[in-house]
Amino acid sequence: MSDNKAVITVQGISKYFSPSKGQGTMKQAVTSLFKSGKDTIMRDGYWALKDVSFEVKKGEFFGIVGRNGSGKSTLLKMIAGIYEPTDGKIQVDGKIVPFIELGVGFNNELSGKDNVYLNGALLGFTRKEITEMYDDIVAFAELQDHMDVKLKNFSSGMQVRLAFSIAIRAKSDILLLDEVLAVGDSAFQRKCYEYFMSLKKNKKTVILVTHDMGAVRQYCDTAVMIEEGNIVKRGKPEQVAQAYQKLFIDEIEDAKKKNGSLKNESDLRWGSGKLTAETPKIIIKDNKIIISCKYTASEDIEAPVLGFTIYGPSGTNILEGNTLRENYNTEPMFKNDSTSIVWTLPNILASGTYHVAVACCDQSTTEFYDWFNEAGSFIIVKEGNTAGVVDPELSATIKQG
Amino acid sequence: MQILSKTNKSILSAMVRSDFKLRYQNSVLGYLWSLLRPLLLSVILYIVFVKFLRISGKMPHYASYLLLGIMCWTFFIEITMGGVGAVVGKGDLIRKISIPRYLTVVSTSASALINFGLNFIVLFGIMLITGVEVQVKLLILVPLLLAELYAFSLAIAFILSAAFVKYRDISFIWEVFTQMLFYLTPIIYPVNLVLDKYPAGKYIMLNPLAQIIQQLRYILVTSQTQTAGHVLGWMSLTPLLTIPLICIVAVRYFRSESKSFAENV
Repeated sequence: MSDNKAVITVQGISKYFSPSKGQGTMKQAVTSLFKSGKDTIMRDGYWALKDVSFEVKKGEFFGIVGRNGSGKSTLLKMIAGIYEPTDGKIQVDGKIVPFIELGVGFNNELSGKDNVYLNGALLGFTRKEITEMYDDIVAFAELQDHMDVKLKNFSSGMQVRLAFSIAIRAKSDILLLDEVLAVGDSAFQRKCYEYFMSLKKNKKTVILVTHDMGAVRQYCDTAVMIEEGNIVKRGKPEQVAQAYQKLFIDEIEDAKKKNGSLKNESDLRWGSGKLTAETPKIIIKDNKIIISCKYTASEDIEAPVLGFTIYGPSGTNILEGNTLRENYNTEPMFKNDSTSIVWTLPNILASGTYHVAVACCDQSTTEFYDWFNEAGSFIIVKEGNTAGVVDPELSATIKQG
Repeated sequence: MQILSKTNKSILSAMVRSDFKLRYQNSVLGYLWSLLRPLLLSVILYIVFVKFLRISGKMPHYASYLLLGIMCWTFFIEITMGGVGAVVGKGDLIRKISIPRYLTVVSTSASALINFGLNFIVLFGIMLITGVEVQVKLLILVPLLLAELYAFSLAIAFILSAAFVKYRDISFIWEVFTQMLFYLTPIIYPVNLVLDKYPAGKYIMLNPLAQIIQQLRYILVTSQTQTAGHVLGWMSLTPLLTIPLICIVAVRYFRSESKSFAENV
């Protein structure tokens, strides 16, 4: 079988949502008979997707990114056959298992065991198949002693573990994953990453909808970005991830312009703007984390201090570095000059998602030119479990007696 | 309707199993309730209508006669009432996976089928004790009549379930309508009681439920039952037209509506 065969072909699909066609009362239905029908319907609704086309090839890990409400989940639901497109055609060659959410059909009033059978059946397993893998599912979820307890007495973490443990057993040619990573703690996220890795290794066809640019960079072969129902960017994951991050930078720039001042504070980015950072490139390679960033001056300045901070999965400050503390010299800069810096550090971090802030300021560290939070992000996947923030190579000597 | 695939079969059985468990957990008598319900209802109606109001019209084997009617009616009500909320109640699933939508309605009819079967066992017991006059030659028609009853009930359930997604008034309307239908159907009273006073009353036999119930009673309980054939003559053949028609309407309506269930439910 050729690896270049398209297994999902999306041809010019559009989706229109009209609230007036949605649930209502008989009264509304009757009164709308007397109004000029079409007029009211087209006014109230909106197009969630407009003429979207793309192909997903066999064995491809395909990313769909976009802001909230951009239409990416609608797109996923149409591929899964949950929504009917208003216009256009979707061809799917193979069996699809959609994970719009983990634990579909889970019922709080049923025991853990009953829920495994129910959820398993909805994922396409027969009762016999579920019985065969039941012990594995329970063991993987680490819930051996809880399976006869009603689901409502499970903690949310336990529920997610159980759901995930069933989900990863789904055998299908094509998997659709929607924001599965948005739930769970860092230990759970690590399990997810390991699962993604195994999917990639086994050459499964995967469509991943996510906000996590780290995941896009790490796993996807191709990606598209959706904005207001249109594909605005498609191609290599790196380009798409940058385009996505640029969306937010542009927004801040716009806000700055509106307020007429570069000093306008924002959660994400603030500073005087005399020197500005570009989106950093982050590479994880050979046990090294390499962060490169380019700065451009908008007026003449003294030698700046350049720095970065890595934030952990829960937002804690993991480590910082800057040219002042590390005793690196920088040069004074004239207007429109650029400087690039490449930071290299050993990859001692534990598995998880990390965000990077880049910053620059003057030598006295009193005037911040640019502080750029969440400028980049990356994912670390390592074998084995640790509850620690760092996971370096350890060595030990043991003496008897 | 297409034959169920292996996957759909296991989805259906899983849904039926969990509905079953959910309904009867925390109840002491559990499943016995589904047997007791039509029996108790029959006892109440028997006392009220036979002992106090005396409208049995001297029908022989009136206990079996009444129970059979109540059973068929309960079956119809369970399927259609269950059907109203079948799609909306499973909205959680419909929004997240692409299981065939009709499974939701079929799964709610499953418990009605089980109850109906169990009630039949009780009915046979009573029939044996009271020694009813069964029309042996016509017994072959019983499965056909039961299939007709199931098809009719399910077709209505499909229409109601799809309409309920858009119009939440359906549940109220159907509740009132079935109250009316209960008295329009010759369940507690013999048909000739109506015909004696109002000859035009014969048209109540156009109702497929009336036709099915009376025919079953004629075959299983007593030949004194007035069937649609007796009352309407050639017009009693209308179910041959109305049942397929309503099934076609139901399938087409449900199919076209089910495309937008996920966004409307």
